[in-house]
Amino acid sequence: MRLMLTSLPFLWQGLLVTLEVSGIVVVVSLVLGVVLGTGLTYGPRIVAWPIRVYSDIVRGTPLLVLIFFVYYGLPAVGVKIGNFWAALAALAAFETAHVAETARGALQSIHLGQTEAAKAIGLTFEQRMLYVIFPQALRRFLPPWVNTVVETVKGSALVSLVGIVDLMFSIQQVIGRTFRPMPLYVLGALMYFVINYALSLSARRLEARFAYVRE
Amino acid sequence: MNYHLNFHFVWHYFGRLEWGLVLSLELAVLGVLAGTVIGLTLALVATASGRVVRTIIAAYVEFIRNVPLLLLVYLVFYGVPSVGGFAYSPTTSFIITLAVYAGAYLVEVFRAGLLAVPRGLIDAGRAIGLTPAQRVVWVTLPTMFRIVLPSLGNAFISLFKDTSLASVIAVPELAYGANWIYTNTFRIIEVYAVVTPMYLVTGALLLLGLRLLERRFAVRRA
Repeated sequence: MRLMLTSLPFLWQGLLVTLEVSGIVVVVSLVLGVVLGTGLTYGPRIVAWPIRVYSDIVRGTPLLVLIFFVYYGLPAVGVKIGNFWAALAALAAFETAHVAETARGALQSIHLGQTEAAKAIGLTFEQRMLYVIFPQALRRFLPPWVNTVVETVKGSALVSLVGIVDLMFSIQQVIGRTFRPMPLYVLGALMYFVINYALSLSARRLEARFAYVRE
Repeated sequence: MNYHLNFHFVWHYFGRLEWGLVLSLELAVLGVLAGTVIGLTLALVATASGRVVRTIIAAYVEFIRNVPLLLLVYLVFYGVPSVGGFAYSPTTSFIITLAVYAGAYLVEVFRAGLLAVPRGLIDAGRAIGLTPAQRVVWVTLPTMFRIVLPSLGNAFISLFKDTSLASVIAVPELAYGANWIYTNTFRIIEVYAVVTPMYLVTGALLLLGLRLLERRFAVRRA
């Protein structure tokens, strides 16, 4: 118990890194994912196909393999961006593909009649997206997207394997000094749980809020 | 950029990847089977019990689903033996972790599946004189398995990818084989250029097989 308390400030530093990594990845993957998801749904074949290939490859590869590949592979071909950004790039690439699929699903769920009606009143593609499709797709997008955020926080634990001192890594460090694995793993698990459970609850709340909307 | 591709070492040590892939598949199969036992049991218990039991099961599900699998792998392998629990080999330890992990996901899948079994079928079972136990075995479960087959299949493919985490506790599966070759030969690009397609193709084949299975067992709705 005392060990849990005394290691808390140290783990707190790691938690901040976990939140930093997750935060950056969530923002980057949200922007890129929505763009790629839109391209996947409305783009011509020459745009949609490369995105489809990218998405399927990245989603079909384990995150751990992706992180090692980017982390060790980039320096081998002469790209030196440091371990923090390499791990971040791998995680972002992975989550971007998942966000893109979520966005595609949300966009495709909007009835075709909406697009036709928007075309009929003379809206351009940008106007159709901005005023008609996106606002409706948003409530289909948000609940599953929050789940990708949870997956991002969980996935960010893997960056500890390439030496980023996040929460997972901090836990390992304290265990390395104290040889008391169990209390620290439990404490770490609780810290991850609190963050992710709060996010999961908000996803459920969003879902309930949007559930009444009829088509 | 002056990196010269040389696949010689990758082919030389390909056996490690080959057997790694086989072990990965074995881990995923054992994980999904044990997870099915845990998930189905808890789903049946949850639908038949009161609030206290349901809350305990929900706590298990929520805890596992909101904690990184990597941490659970460490917890079972390093944590549990340190407090007097049994120490298992890395492989056994990982299978236990994967089973507990899969179980938490599958409880929800099976619970939804049980709820989706048409009421009329169960009533029909009662009408022809089946006992409650017979109704579960011959009516509810077979129908439920058809309903949950797609979700079960997706969980299996997901678990197959998750087996890569076993490499952190030195289970010699596919990702471990890749790391071994990398650390011994430094042919990083070549190793991953071979391992990534191995994961992709296996995943794609599994998906194809599952889609065929789904078509075979599709629930025909009236």
